[in-house]
Amino acid sequence: MQAAPRILHAGDSALVAEYGDAIDVRLNARVRQLQRTIEASGQAGLVELVPTYRSLMVHYDPMVLSHEAVAGLILEAAGHLPEDDREPARVVDVPVLYGGNEGPDLGDVAARAGLREAEVVELHAAGDYLVFMIGFMPGFPYLGGLPPAIATPRLATPRALVPAGSVGIAGAQTGIYPSESPGGWRLIGRTPVRLFDARLEPPALLQAGDHLRFVPVSRPEYDAIARDVERERYRPHVRVAPASP
Amino acid sequence: MNAIDVLDGGLLTTVQDLGRTGWQRFGVPVSGAMDAWALCAANRLVGNEEGAAALEITLAGPVLRIDGDGVIGVTGADLGASLNGRPLPLWQAVAVRDGAELAFSGRRAGMRAYLAVAGAIDVPAVLGSRSTFTRARLGGFQGRALAAGDRVPVGPCPIARGLEGRRLPREAVPSFGPARTVRVVMGPQDAAFTAEGIRTFLSESFTLTAQSDRVGCRLSGPPIAHLGGADIVSDATACGAVQVSGDGMPIVLMADRGTTGGYTKIATVATADLPILAQAAPGDRLRFTAVGIDEARAALRLERAKLDRIGPEEAATAPAPEIFEEDSGSSLAAAAYVELAGALGVPEAGRAEHGHALRAPMPGLVVSVGVAPGDVVAAGQPLLVIEAMKMQSPVRAPRGGCVARVFVQAGMQVEGGAALVEFEAAARRKD
Repeated sequence: MQAAPRILHAGDSALVAEYGDAIDVRLNARVRQLQRTIEASGQAGLVELVPTYRSLMVHYDPMVLSHEAVAGLILEAAGHLPEDDREPARVVDVPVLYGGNEGPDLGDVAARAGLREAEVVELHAAGDYLVFMIGFMPGFPYLGGLPPAIATPRLATPRALVPAGSVGIAGAQTGIYPSESPGGWRLIGRTPVRLFDARLEPPALLQAGDHLRFVPVSRPEYDAIARDVERERYRPHVRVAPASP
Repeated sequence: MNAIDVLDGGLLTTVQDLGRTGWQRFGVPVSGAMDAWALCAANRLVGNEEGAAALEITLAGPVLRIDGDGVIGVTGADLGASLNGRPLPLWQAVAVRDGAELAFSGRRAGMRAYLAVAGAIDVPAVLGSRSTFTRARLGGFQGRALAAGDRVPVGPCPIARGLEGRRLPREAVPSFGPARTVRVVMGPQDAAFTAEGIRTFLSESFTLTAQSDRVGCRLSGPPIAHLGGADIVSDATACGAVQVSGDGMPIVLMADRGTTGGYTKIATVATADLPILAQAAPGDRLRFTAVGIDEARAALRLERAKLDRIGPEEAATAPAPEIFEEDSGSSLAAAAYVELAGALGVPEAGRAEHGHALRAPMPGLVVSVGVAPGDVVAAGQPLLVIEAMKMQSPVRAPRGGCVARVFVQAGMQVEGGAALVEFEAAARRKD
């Protein structure tokens, strides 16, 4: 038996199944297990499930289901999660051109960390990042796994416009802007790959539970990928990783 | 109807339906109509699926020209809608002719009106919805608000006849006052607040600020005290979640809210009361009252049932052009009429000795009388005009027949229920 999640009320059309209030890899994996188990039930009246760092929001149609029925469904599923909480994950390669115009703050990040720019790039691209959840804006991944050595505070004054695909650091987080927007993250590079395309189903490159690896590319490689993306010929590099964590 | 040509886009006119569900896990906001109930009502009036795409019109309305004959319904806020310069009745299906011009003179009550057309707005669905999410230029009409020069396509209308005159009964029409009480279900993070903070939230009144938009209704009032901080590890957001950030001010998250957020949410507005938020204008005052989930659900069921009351008038449909002659008070008289038409079958001793009397739907002043004894009138024909609450409303014949007697004349003050016109008894047997 697994520890049961807390059921929190989110109005008359949603319940929250909360496993904790921390950013934790195992807890996050449990949320997705619960999501998959509830989805597999095929219960009518469920509208959609939204996994986050530490909880699952279950949207339902109150004209079809009572909150007691939904809570029962959640707890029933939670009681039957697989003992093995490891999950097979996709690893998605995200090519990044670091520094220069694409990463105007790379020098600052390096200076604050007491490192050379090349070392920052090496650290940033060294390991897999876990996509804890997607949120905030369409396709935006909340990533875990930034090496603490290159954690850097946000800019004091946010930029009015950050280009889509920009890769940045804000505190202990790293992330990618899926679309052009204002933003205060320190930009260290840019990917030519689209993180969000509403014409596709699913519309986002990444989903919660994916692993992501930043792959440094040269200017010519970046340009070639950008051309392929433009012509809709680019296929992201995705492989299945051994079960983790 | 082929299309709607936009002569002026208004403040913020967007295509909306019931939203883009199923993609929140990819960070895609639900969007959709802020006042989903009014959108459903508008669609039902004109015979569409209730979640079909319609126009959400905010505060200052657009100027639109109709291309092709069709049927429209405007619901939600009263923004001073007019058709070819004449007041357009709300909450009612109205026939429109090719070239008709629809305009909005200014807000009288509420914030957002919905314009549905028979056949629905025919823009491409994006991720299963025609809703506009302007921040990501997603869906709707090219991902943006309508502007002058746009031509908004309208889909084919499977039901060509019998739509005009369909209406929401007067007593089911919501009112949009400046001080309202909103029902909430406490949680998900009500435990993050002090008892005093909860008391503040549930006993004080909060004012809607001008910073409110489709993402959220921002309120100002006495700060709501947290136990600790306002920040949480980000979790998902429900529509109507009352988020309280570090300054203690509540924001009710609405249609275009981010799918996740890192602030405490003290409560969630009952779905049945979301239209109150959608229709609240800056300066309006709101209070919150806590209810259980079952009560919120029962309230929603009640609201849903009101939509089922949309239908044709019991009296035969009035000739279309006459609808344009009326002012907005007409639906009041018409609604009273539906009841009168039923009451007419019951003879009332002492009021009219013979036949069947038509009675005043409300107390008021008789402005004009258009019939005399011996006249043969058609169902729906205006017989006289009564002024009440500063609005003139035509009183129509509930059915065809011959007028036996007229009890009133212009300038007379009448009580509600007073006999106005008596019909020949024979007229009823003809029906």
